[in-house]
This record gives sequence, structure tokens and C-alpha cells, in this order.
Amino acid sequence: MEKILLKNLGNPDAHKIDHYVKGGGYKALDAALKLQPDNIIQMVKDSGLRGRGGAGFSTGLKWSFIPKDPAIPKYLCCNADEGEPGTFKDRGIMDWDPHLLIEGMLIASRAFGAARSYVYIRGEFVFGAKRIQAAIDEAYAKGFLGKNIMGTGFNHDMYVHRGFGAYICGEETALLESIEGYRAQPRKKPPFPALAGLYGKPTVINNVETLSCIPAIIERGPKWFSSMGPEKSPGPKIYGVSGHVKRPGLYELPMGTTIRDLIFNHCGGMRSDKSLKAVIPGGVSAPMLTAKDLDTPMDFDSLAAKGTMLGSGAVIVMDESTCIVKMSYIINRFFSHESCGKCTPCRDGTPWITKALRRLENGEGRPGDTGLLESLCTNIFGRTFCPLGDGAVMALRGALKNFREEFLYHERHKRCAV
Amino acid sequence: MPLESVKEEITEALRKYPNKRSAVMDVLRIAERAAGGHVTKEAMDEIARLLEMRPVEVNSAATFYTMYSVARPVGRHRIWVCRNISCSLLGAEHIIAHLERALGVKTGETTPDKKFTLDVAECLGSCGTSPMMQIDDDYYENLTEAKIDEILKGLK
Repeated sequence: MEKILLKNLGNPDAHKIDHYVKGGGYKALDAALKLQPDNIIQMVKDSGLRGRGGAGFSTGLKWSFIPKDPAIPKYLCCNADEGEPGTFKDRGIMDWDPHLLIEGMLIASRAFGAARSYVYIRGEFVFGAKRIQAAIDEAYAKGFLGKNIMGTGFNHDMYVHRGFGAYICGEETALLESIEGYRAQPRKKPPFPALAGLYGKPTVINNVETLSCIPAIIERGPKWFSSMGPEKSPGPKIYGVSGHVKRPGLYELPMGTTIRDLIFNHCGGMRSDKSLKAVIPGGVSAPMLTAKDLDTPMDFDSLAAKGTMLGSGAVIVMDESTCIVKMSYIINRFFSHESCGKCTPCRDGTPWITKALRRLENGEGRPGDTGLLESLCTNIFGRTFCPLGDGAVMALRGALKNFREEFLYHERHKRCAV
Repeated sequence: MPLESVKEEITEALRKYPNKRSAVMDVLRIAERAAGGHVTKEAMDEIARLLEMRPVEVNSAATFYTMYSVARPVGRHRIWVCRNISCSLLGAEHIIAHLERALGVKTGETTPDKKFTLDVAECLGSCGTSPMMQIDDDYYENLTEAKIDEILKGLK
């Protein structure tokens, strides 16, 4: 398949603007500037593009919620806080093709009338932040950013905002709090950011991969985009594969590629040719699947039908030597560490889960610990302010559903069955 | 005035936002570097004056984001070893144990010569090239024990 998002992965010159323009870059912006803004929104709606950050909401529809009044300032925030464990896809775009993202952001901003945008990039991505900043500087110098872009009267300023180590900033309202200089704790919704977002103004928050799909949709048309992959979740998708496979890495494939095809064809199969025990299809919040689910197409709806989710497209593969109790401990330790502290079920519940899992993993499990975990899941799920607590529960429930015996073995025998 | 030497960088940070408070994360980062790797109380007080915030609000932001080292001096080089799921599947525990042996410190500690501070991190977004670690601004990927020894030797 022709690559759209990762065509420049590993190309040492592709991040420079001359290279990008030579390859047809900023032509989509030129075309978009000649369209009525509402037509751009309609094209993105027609393409069927759904948000690649995890929620899978229609991108065009999200843009259409922004009020049309030109007197109200509007913002675009690019969510580049990539923090879901297992996820490293947005880095593949930002490090190697920063202008693709910038062009996508400019077209989006034109569509709903944002004069200012921020790229919210996680603090650890120093290389990526420098790449994006350098590309922004180049775009200003060439007249693609700033005043009167390409002579059309469209003005736009773009800035990099660096995070500094908080997973919760990937939650869109926490991200806004963080840009405003507060502790990144999620806001109450409604009002949704489309009406009251950054600085109380209408704001769209889109993921890096989502925005990077936009130039191709404008250039080649919505039909071309929607013809790729399943009807209800079309387009190219970056799958980031890690863990026990021969060739981990980023793979841009049509949405709906099966897990089996991804692991055994593209990634060369299992490392050391051991058998597959479990696979997490969309970052650690997504419930794990097992070998019987390998023929599931990896798109929003097919994975939801299996009780899990596409999430960020981060595929974590575990072979037969993996202890699921230990992995569950590692996953939940992460969630308790990253809980922002705002609401009680998450703030107190996730460390409680972690403590019980640590006991089980260290051979100090108490009778009833497995049942305790199940009861904690019930008392956290659906009762937290934002999806972080739900993510912790979904991960653990997936493990308990498929590997309950392993938890009980740890509880009874004070050691691992693997 | 601990921030006198980095005034220009601070002005540049303020230029990005419609209000002063939004620059607090950038300015904390600038202050941290100016103080040799950690955020001091004096710096937070000065940031509060500069950004027209209360000192407790600056402290509140600084202590929320885990990459700031608030009132905790660190070595010349900060090492973060990823220990989340993908790195763990490929041996992060051995990587951490090897670093503890090589540096003669436990996780969370600084070497007596103040050269290295060793910390662990929960997923640095480099899962396809695990196990990995970050030292200061740079990622070091596909780690082995021999590779770690080379990397440590190469740092001044």
C-alpha cells in the first residue's frame, strides 16, 4: 500500500521544508484556501475520518460544532501528548514529517476559523519538539504561517507547548488546563471544548495522526480516503507493534488489517517462535485478546464488538512465557502513578488495585485477593471523572476475563504458574 | 535574582500566550536548567512575581508534572529508564539492575560524584525499540548491558 503518513520514516532530509514542498507539500493548503471553509468540513465529514487518538469520533463532525461567528476567537490544539503505554506512532510523524502535521493543522484551522494553534507535545519528546519548532520557523519564513498566508488574507500563528510528564494531559480538557498553566486535572463536560475550550473559547483538540490525514483528503478527495478499509472506519492507520514479535515497529496499513496479518506477516511472527498468549490491541487501556481472536480486523467497530478497542493502535504482543499477573501489576502501577488526584475512585482505587496486584505478584497474596480486584473494578468503573480510571479497570478486567486461573494460582500457591 | 541570566528565554516563552500564567511550564523548565537541574524555592517565588501568580500556584504546577525536580538536587546527567509494559517484556528489569550496579546507586539516587541521577519512568513512547532509557534530552534505544556501558563511558 502507498504510504501517506509514514512515507518519510527514516528519511534524513524529509523534515526540511524544501524537501516537503518539492514532494508536493503545501499544495493541499493552497487548494483548501481556495475552498469555502464549510466545504473543507464537508470533505472531511465525507471522508469518514475518525479521530486516531482513541475515541474514534468523526473529525468533520467535531469541526462542525465550532460556532461560525467570526468575531469569536477560536483555537486548535494538536494532542501530541502520546503517553498511552505501547504507543509511539505520533512520534513517527513528528520526528520525520513535521510539515505534514503543520499543513494538516493549517487546513483544519482554516476550516473552522482558528487564528492560533498549539502543538501540545509530551515533555520527554525533546527531539520531536525541536523538529516541530524548526518546521514552524521554516513555515513562517516561507509564508505558510503568519499574516496573509499565500496572499489569501488568512492569518494563523502556531506554537509548541511542551508538557512535562503527566499522562493525564492526553485527556483533552486536562490538556487545556495544562496550557493555561494549571495542574492538569480534567474539566467538567459540558460545556464541551467546541463551545468553551482554551481560555474559554471554542476549541478543537485533534490527535497528530488525525490531523496528518487531512492534506491527503483535500488533495485526493474524500472518496479516495473512504475507499480504504472498512466502510465505517476508513483510511490508513498506523499500528505500533511492540513486545514479543520478530520485527517491532510502526506499520502503516489500511484500517481493518487483522491482528494475525499484522503480527505474522508484517512483523515476521513471534520472537523465538514461541506461541502467542495475549495481545493488547490499542494501548494498555484496551482489554487484552488471546490467540482465538487473531482474525479480528483492527478497526474501531470490529474491536469494540470483541469487547476491546482500537485505542491508539498500539499493539502489545505477549508470548507464552509472560505472566499476566505481573503485566497487570505493571499496567495498574502506571495508572495509579498517573491518576491526577481529582476524584476519589481513581485516586484511591487505582493504588488499591496496584497494592493487591503487587502482593499477588510477590507471592504474598491473601485469600480473596482475586475477588477483591473484581470488586474494586466494579467500584471504579463508570464512577470516575474522566476515562483514566475506566482505562485501568478495562485493562484489568480483560486480564481477569481471559486469565482468571492465573490470578487464583498466584493467590493460592504464592507463586507464578508460568 | 536567579532568573536574570535567562531573561530573554523567558520573554520568548511569554510571547506564545495571551496571558502570563500559561508560560509557567516553560519558565519552570528554564529556571530548572539555570539552577543546574532542579527547581529551587527562590526560583518559584521569582516566577510567581514575574507571572503575577501566587507562589503556591507555581509550586502547585511544578509538583504536578513529574519531570520537574522540585527542591531535589540532581546529578549532571539525569537517567530515566522505562519500566512499563513493552520495555518490561524485553527485559527492563535487567537494564535497571545493570545501571544500579554500574553506577553503584539505587533507583532515585544520585552518584556521590554528582554525575548521574538514576530514575525510572512509566513509558517514554519508544516501545518499538525497547528496552530504552532517556538521558537528559536524548533517547537510547534497543539497549543491552554492553551498550549501556559504552553510553555511560561516553558521557562527560
